[in-house]
Amino acid sequence: MWDYSEKVKEHFYNPKNAGALAEANATGDVGSISCGDALRLTLKVDPPTEIILDAGFQTFGCGSAIASSSALTEMVKGMTLDQALQITNQDIADYLDGLPPEKMHCSVMGREALRAAIADYRGEVLEDDHEEGALVCKCFAIDEVMVRDTVKANNLSSVEDVTNYTKAGGGCSSCHEKIESILTEMMAERGEVFVPAPVKGKQKKVVPVKPKEEPAPAKVAAQAPAAPAAAAPAPGKLTTVQRIRRIEMVLEAIRPNLQRDHGDVELVDVDGKNVYVKLSGACTGCQLASSTLGGIQQRLMEDLGEFVKVVPVSANAPVTIAGM
Amino acid sequence: MSDIYLDNNATTKVDPAVVEAMLPFFTEQFGNPSSLHNFGNRVGAALKKARQSVQTLLGAEHDSEIIFTSCGTESDSTAILSALKAQPERKEIITTTVEHPAILTLCDQLATEGYTVHKLEVDNRGRLDLDVYKSLLSDNVAIVSVMWANNETGTLFPVLEMAQLADEAGILFHTDAVQIVGKLPIDLKSASIHMLSLSGHKLHAPKGVGVLYLKRGTRFRPLLRGGHQERGRRAGTENSASIVALGKAAELALQHMEHENTVVKALRDKLQAGILASVPNAFVTGDPDNRLPNTLNIAFEYIEGEAILLLLNKAGIAASSGSACTSGSLEPSHVMRAMGIPYTAAHGTVRFSLSRYTTEDEIDRVIVAVPPIVAQLRKLSPYWSDNGPVAEPEKAFAPVYA
Ligand SMILES: Cc1ncc(COP(=O)(O)O)c(C=O)c1O
Repeated sequence: MWDYSEKVKEHFYNPKNAGALAEANATGDVGSISCGDALRLTLKVDPPTEIILDAGFQTFGCGSAIASSSALTEMVKGMTLDQALQITNQDIADYLDGLPPEKMHCSVMGREALRAAIADYRGEVLEDDHEEGALVCKCFAIDEVMVRDTVKANNLSSVEDVTNYTKAGGGCSSCHEKIESILTEMMAERGEVFVPAPVKGKQKKVVPVKPKEEPAPAKVAAQAPAAPAAAAPAPGKLTTVQRIRRIEMVLEAIRPNLQRDHGDVELVDVDGKNVYVKLSGACTGCQLASSTLGGIQQRLMEDLGEFVKVVPVSANAPVTIAGM
Repeated sequence: MSDIYLDNNATTKVDPAVVEAMLPFFTEQFGNPSSLHNFGNRVGAALKKARQSVQTLLGAEHDSEIIFTSCGTESDSTAILSALKAQPERKEIITTTVEHPAILTLCDQLATEGYTVHKLEVDNRGRLDLDVYKSLLSDNVAIVSVMWANNETGTLFPVLEMAQLADEAGILFHTDAVQIVGKLPIDLKSASIHMLSLSGHKLHAPKGVGVLYLKRGTRFRPLLRGGHQERGRRAGTENSASIVALGKAAELALQHMEHENTVVKALRDKLQAGILASVPNAFVTGDPDNRLPNTLNIAFEYIEGEAILLLLNKAGIAASSGSACTSGSLEPSHVMRAMGIPYTAAHGTVRFSLSRYTTEDEIDRVIVAVPPIVAQLRKLSPYWSDNGPVAEPEKAFAPVYA
């Protein structure tokens, strides 16, 4: 069963202000059909002062939905409408000494009902900017809609990016499989291939991670308009990790050709403009090696839109790239 | 007054006789059954006896058809993955929309790996259309996996007939029988079922032990390879204490089978009649004429299941719900949705599942406790006015869905 605080239980077992107000002059009806919660909030507002004199609720929903509704009505009584508009869903959750992550949407519903009721009183049309999906990350209560919006708006391409932008996946990490599948799907939509990072420690060894730009706060990221996906992004626009991913993708695309000739190529390191690769099998030492490397370099420059130098590393004699 | 436990489809109390039978296997009977010495031999003999008692409960032809596993979920996974591995050229799976997640989640994963999963739909009483089923049987199908009894509604599927159809078409048939074993008689030697899963903790054995029945001659690929335990079909040193316990529980289940289908069934029917007589806007979900004797699933319209459970719990009554909120997901139970139960009712479904420990006094107390709880929550509901649903509930309260 849920880990409900005593305050939640108290408001559930003995809800305050249950029922519709007879003399209400503001009504807010909101709900989420898929999660089975719906709330009607009725307010009695004193017109000259805009003070909320009384509040009542009717809720179809689970224990915490009822508790959140009850808490909300207690909180708003005596406030002016403008004060009430300042209430966030976190305030409602705090008033209840916290809600389990799966239940945060109940407090969101409370805030939405309040906004709807005030809009109703003022004769305004409420803009619906809130949507929610199934929870992806339970540690930080991040849902699927948030993850998808953020991936889309920022062209994210790794689990690490998603964690930096939304916090999802930054805790116990058990949702990484789910995040990977979202990335796979969304990257396919924009014509890219999701390349999963290897084991974390290993990745650190192979790919020196440079200090990153400050990640944008989640809220802003989710609401920012989607940047048009540039076919060949200008250099410097990619983060280190994104750049390495792209390099890996280009190599991945070339590998089948090499493998057909019983060779292979592997990314070893990226340091500034130098891309260190290891050729193996039939590629090493053969006369074709230098032209192979030249080809790889060409492909990389086209894709990244910047100058890079492909440097082979191997136990064998170093190969110089023709023409370089 | 002690609490009333009506959540036996979730798990059951371990029978005291079962506890007694298993305890020595933690202490003096600790040997490894694979060992040659006496410590091992005695445990080996106990496992053999347990295997035979499960064989008897299932009506299996041979005791070597019983493979002990760690749970129902493992048995389910083993069955499906074995069929796919053994027949790599077959890329289709037939199952239903109302299976337990132990099957559905696995099938959804397999669908992402290139397999075609046919999920048979159910009607509003949870019944399958066998003509649709027949039309799907083909040489591309690796396995049919259909549950025998539904865990939420208790509805029974015509598994014997479906198994025969699959067998005649040369297709492997598996059934998740976790909810039915111990509640209704089974005779596998006369059935065409190739594989069957059961789980100990649903029949008064401990959690963490299960069985995969594998009909002799069925092609099989193990999930866990390693030692020669379970004749190489499930490697890993046996959980001897729990296996002995399951053997004892199987023996007791057979003894109580008649009680289950007379006394327990009558109590369930009394509970159903009692609640429906005093609570308006409530109905039984699933197929009431064709279900497990211990299961009752009622939808209470216009209120939400978790809230009902919390108030029941406060009154000392343990039940469960298909409500979204109890599962941590946002959607109400996939079983209720599959049957087309409207959202205003699907969220308010409550499952009462009885056992041989349930008493008439308990049922009487529940019949008294439920109506005021439902009334209390309906008083809070925007869909409800003084003594009935508001006129045209969906129109009178049409919230902006965010
Ligand atoms: C129909 C069904 N299948 C499978 C399972 C899973 O069994 P176990 O908990 O032993 O893995 C359950 C129990 O929850 C069940 O009801």
